[in-house]
Amino acid sequence: MTIDTLSLGMRPAPSRKAARLWQGSAVPVLTVILVIVALWYAAAVAMNWQGVSDAFARAGEQRSTSEIFLATLEQERPMLPAPHQILVELKKTVIDTPITSRRSLLFHAWVTLSSTLLGFALGSLLGIVLAVLIVHVKTLERSLMPWIISSQTIPILAIAPIIIVVLGSIGITGLFPKAIISAYLCFFPITISMVKGLTSPDLLQRDLMRTYSASSAQVFWKLRLPASLSYLFAGLKVAIAISLVGAIVGELPTGAQAGLGARLLAGSYYGQTIQIWAALFAAAALASILVAAVGLAERLVNRRMGVRSA
Amino acid sequence: MSTALRATILIPLAALGCLAALIMVHRPTMAGQAGLGFWTLVGVLWLLAGIGLSALSHLRARSPAARRAVGLSVPILFGAFLFFLWEVIVVGAGVPSVLMPAPSAIAGRFMASLPTLREDFIQTFVKSVLSGYVMGCLSGFLVAIIADRIPFLRRGLLPLGNFVSALPVIGIAPIMVMWFGFDWHSKAAVVVVMTFFPMLVNTVAGLAAAGRQERDLMHSYAAGYWTTLVKLRLPVALPFIFNALKINSTLALIGAIVAEFFGTPIVGMGFRISIEVARMALDMVWAEIALAAIAGSAFYGLIALIERAATFWHPSYRT
Repeated sequence: MTIDTLSLGMRPAPSRKAARLWQGSAVPVLTVILVIVALWYAAAVAMNWQGVSDAFARAGEQRSTSEIFLATLEQERPMLPAPHQILVELKKTVIDTPITSRRSLLFHAWVTLSSTLLGFALGSLLGIVLAVLIVHVKTLERSLMPWIISSQTIPILAIAPIIIVVLGSIGITGLFPKAIISAYLCFFPITISMVKGLTSPDLLQRDLMRTYSASSAQVFWKLRLPASLSYLFAGLKVAIAISLVGAIVGELPTGAQAGLGARLLAGSYYGQTIQIWAALFAAAALASILVAAVGLAERLVNRRMGVRSA
Repeated sequence: MSTALRATILIPLAALGCLAALIMVHRPTMAGQAGLGFWTLVGVLWLLAGIGLSALSHLRARSPAARRAVGLSVPILFGAFLFFLWEVIVVGAGVPSVLMPAPSAIAGRFMASLPTLREDFIQTFVKSVLSGYVMGCLSGFLVAIIADRIPFLRRGLLPLGNFVSALPVIGIAPIMVMWFGFDWHSKAAVVVVMTFFPMLVNTVAGLAAAGRQERDLMHSYAAGYWTTLVKLRLPVALPFIFNALKINSTLALIGAIVAEFFGTPIVGMGFRISIEVARMALDMVWAEIALAAIAGSAFYGLIALIERAATFWHPSYRT
């Protein structure tokens, strides 16, 4: 989003307000969303057509084209559910169902959210500690950093089933194994951005600290750490998004008792497409809330530290 | 003692000690019942290797070639020592293989099941990952070119693209399996969707990277849109595009493997991992992960090599 704010030139326009709407991102985004929804409905009709007409043919009923058309948007297990069907399902499982029930989507979202947050906390701690060590211990920088980077070319998520099963066989089940997967996924962006941030003060600033005869602890607390915060938050935003991915994937190999990943898996076993899409929407909403929350925390910290927005 | 001397003495000493420990631990009298003396030896070796590596990483080599050799050898020795610890601890303490197999057991299983691994590799990597990767990256690139031509579309697509890249896109896997069947087509579809948005966002950013001066220069040459695109803006965008290609290489492999957890024919890396985990054959799972790691790093490395050749002019490669 930074890119389109940058690319907006100062063009004088006859009607300012309309022009600003046109030049801003609100109108284009809304247009694109509307187009997507329209395409979605068209695709839903097209993809469900065959199934609906087959069903009518099996029942031996003769239906007109318009009746088939309406039926494609109201199927129980459509190939592609129409957006309003997903919204109805979301309303049913979020608002109309008590939160303690296993049918409530909020219940499953909470299961996923709790392991996401625990994993995020563990991963952030690990990532920050590693970054501080790497910046201060040269041996670690030379020996550990290449491995941390090359570990990212490995499809780490493939290890998820092993972690679940191994921890399960020594008696650790439930929240913790999923959180480990999340933590393992999300420590990397934090370490990388934090190392970048901690080394971002330039020679001039470090020299100034030396002329004050600051100890290396003082340099860390008064120069390096404040300088690293904006990098840290950029890393945290990426990390919380993949922490959620880790939690969802971690729910797959356990046979899936609860959580958004379990809803996905159960939906795919029983062909409940509407349930899958509702779980996907819930996961998307959760992801955007989490990223927004990190953004909010960043703004609060920045205000507290007296950072002026650039 | 100078650091150079310390490194040259301690590291071969530690390596010899590690070798001796490896031979010792694999003797039947030792495996699974290593005593206090053996663990003391391992502790001493740890200390030796630590001091030696620290000396090596503080070494100031004079020639650039020697500096590069030192820079490469430190992480390699460090990794080798970690593998040594893994092997010695697992074998020496007799950790059951359902918990954590030793590296030697994994390597043995890897060698013994090469034909299976080959089939899984072809199914997952060659069929799903490569085809999905090519389609996803190509379509992302083309849409980015179109979006760049139509500013309205760009302003509409870019925030959405940024939004989607933060979403758990992998969740579409069950839907794709339902639409495209159990075979590799559904996995390729997941890979297409996963790789599309990073490519779109990065290419649009890259196309905006050419400076005003360079564009004015092209304008003064009376270069048209296409000439400017091919001769100026695409080359400038190359580092961004390669960045997306590198991100996508990992994403594609993850997408294909995880999508196989939702249903496959009886072949494929993700399928093998989930089935062998259920049978508690962890050495096979680790062999499969080793294969994924090798394939992933090789894929990434290949793209990095191509990037070096294609963007040799970029400041980060000038020495």
